[in-house]
Amino acid sequence: MLNLILRRLVLFIPMWVGVSVLSFVIVHATPGDPAAAFVGQDAGPASLDAARARLGLDLPYWHQLYNWVAGSLTGDLGQSFFLGRSVIEAIVERLPVTLSLGALSLLIAMAVGIPLGAIAALSPNSWKDATSIGVSLTFLSIPEFVVGMLLIYLLGVELRWFPIGRYVPLSEGFLPWLHHLALPALALGLSQSALLARMTRASLLQVLRADYIRTARAKGLPERIVIGRHAFKNALITIVTVIGLSMALLLSGAFITEALFQLPGIGSLGVNSVLRRDYPVIQGLLLIASSFILVVNLLVDILYGLLNPSVSKR
Amino acid sequence: MTSLALRRPSALNLMLVAGGLLALIIVALLVLGTLALRYEPNVLDYAQILTGPSADHLLGTDALGRDLLARIIYGGYNSLFIGACVMVTTAVVGTMIGLVAGTTPRLDGLLMRLMDVLMGFPALLLALAILAALGNTAVNVVLALSLVYTPRTARIVRGDALVLSQLPYVEAAKSIGASRWRILFVHILPGIVPALVVQETFLFAYAILGEAGLSFVGLGLQPPNPSWGNILGEARASFQQAWWLVVFPGFALAFTVLALNLIGDGLGQAIDPKRRNL
Repeated sequence: MLNLILRRLVLFIPMWVGVSVLSFVIVHATPGDPAAAFVGQDAGPASLDAARARLGLDLPYWHQLYNWVAGSLTGDLGQSFFLGRSVIEAIVERLPVTLSLGALSLLIAMAVGIPLGAIAALSPNSWKDATSIGVSLTFLSIPEFVVGMLLIYLLGVELRWFPIGRYVPLSEGFLPWLHHLALPALALGLSQSALLARMTRASLLQVLRADYIRTARAKGLPERIVIGRHAFKNALITIVTVIGLSMALLLSGAFITEALFQLPGIGSLGVNSVLRRDYPVIQGLLLIASSFILVVNLLVDILYGLLNPSVSKR
Repeated sequence: MTSLALRRPSALNLMLVAGGLLALIIVALLVLGTLALRYEPNVLDYAQILTGPSADHLLGTDALGRDLLARIIYGGYNSLFIGACVMVTTAVVGTMIGLVAGTTPRLDGLLMRLMDVLMGFPALLLALAILAALGNTAVNVVLALSLVYTPRTARIVRGDALVLSQLPYVEAAKSIGASRWRILFVHILPGIVPALVVQETFLFAYAILGEAGLSFVGLGLQPPNPSWGNILGEARASFQQAWWLVVFPGFALAFTVLALNLIGDGLGQAIDPKRRNL
């Protein structure tokens, strides 16, 4: 087990450096001059030079890249062009919103997706199966922002059950937080549930065909125990992996959902930064988001080893 | 068991048929709609702002009085065209990378780690960052989405190429002195095509959704040139009084993606009977 964790950690470091370098390269592929975005259109050459020196843009490319990677290791992601604060501060102060949205969406996705897939797998080729496949295909095909707009129109505008376009932090109480976050989380969660339902169905079907399930049934165990203890527990290994891998998808969805619902999270920070060409923030977000995904993948790998001992022994 | 399963009218045909029919209907509606259009997609009419569906404007008008039907039809051409460009680009580039990685052990590690790094970013954020750096034109949208989605194709092609290159008939071709390129394109590539077709069907759907997401937040195709994504994005300011601005373009988008998902599922099961129940 320790061996597995160490091996994964060794793989993690070059991946992280790669992600960090790529974040820099993409943002610095700009044909224009980032300093021009910083000082504005009608600035003279003198202030442009001054801005370049302040932002470190007058240094050679490799030196800048080195400064970026070295800085990012110590948590220094540079200064935002427009927010008057450091990139890391801007991200950290918006993180709770995105974490709230992500956690609640994930919870909804699991509560909808896993039962939906399990019901289908337990009675394959029945009307239940067909309905489940139909529902998950529908959620898979409607983008989260269309679901969000429909929810806003029906539950926010027509029925007035939910407030729209405001975020209430958890510190002001659980129920107000939930009430304000319910619609965006539902939009994002329902979209995510589709993938989870399909994977739960596939993995449970595969497990149910295994020999040990036939053995469990043959020795007369009640179906409840065969399904609950023998089948579902093993199917869970795949499901946990899928949940981990769907983090990237969830994060992408959060960007659009936050933009639609005007939630002040890192998603809307990202969209706004791209719109006003705030390159340091874009670069910092790329690094933070991909680091998060790398860490989740690392945890999934380790958890997978814990759930499935044959992996960690290999 | 297998022969029984083959004779039974299975869900596979149903999905493929349903997806194919849906795709045909969508294409027919686009073509017939274009022929029957009475309005231009970009002509403003301030006397007809946010009017609901009527005999004059079948699907209503938007906040600038433009005919929604015309915008959805022209937007459909744009969305499908961008999606198709991304699909073709990722198919070509992804197949090249996958074939080389799967058959050249020296390059395999490097290429696949590069793909891993690209897949380590949330797809939409990576595409947004690329558009921020290069500027948001239609060509750059295709470029950004292709870069984001290429690793998926490359991974699948690489996996298949790796398996196929170990098979006896490839060994045999090597032993009679077939050239490297002949083995790649005559012996390995045809074996990859089925999986590739399934993958690219799903990728077409992803690309359409990706373009819609980028255009929705204002960074994809730029208005007034319509796409399904930016029609919905522009509707953000006014859809609370005008449901048709969400429902019609949203359904156009969803039904197109649904058709592709159905076709992809059906084809996947047709190619690999083991997946029939998955």
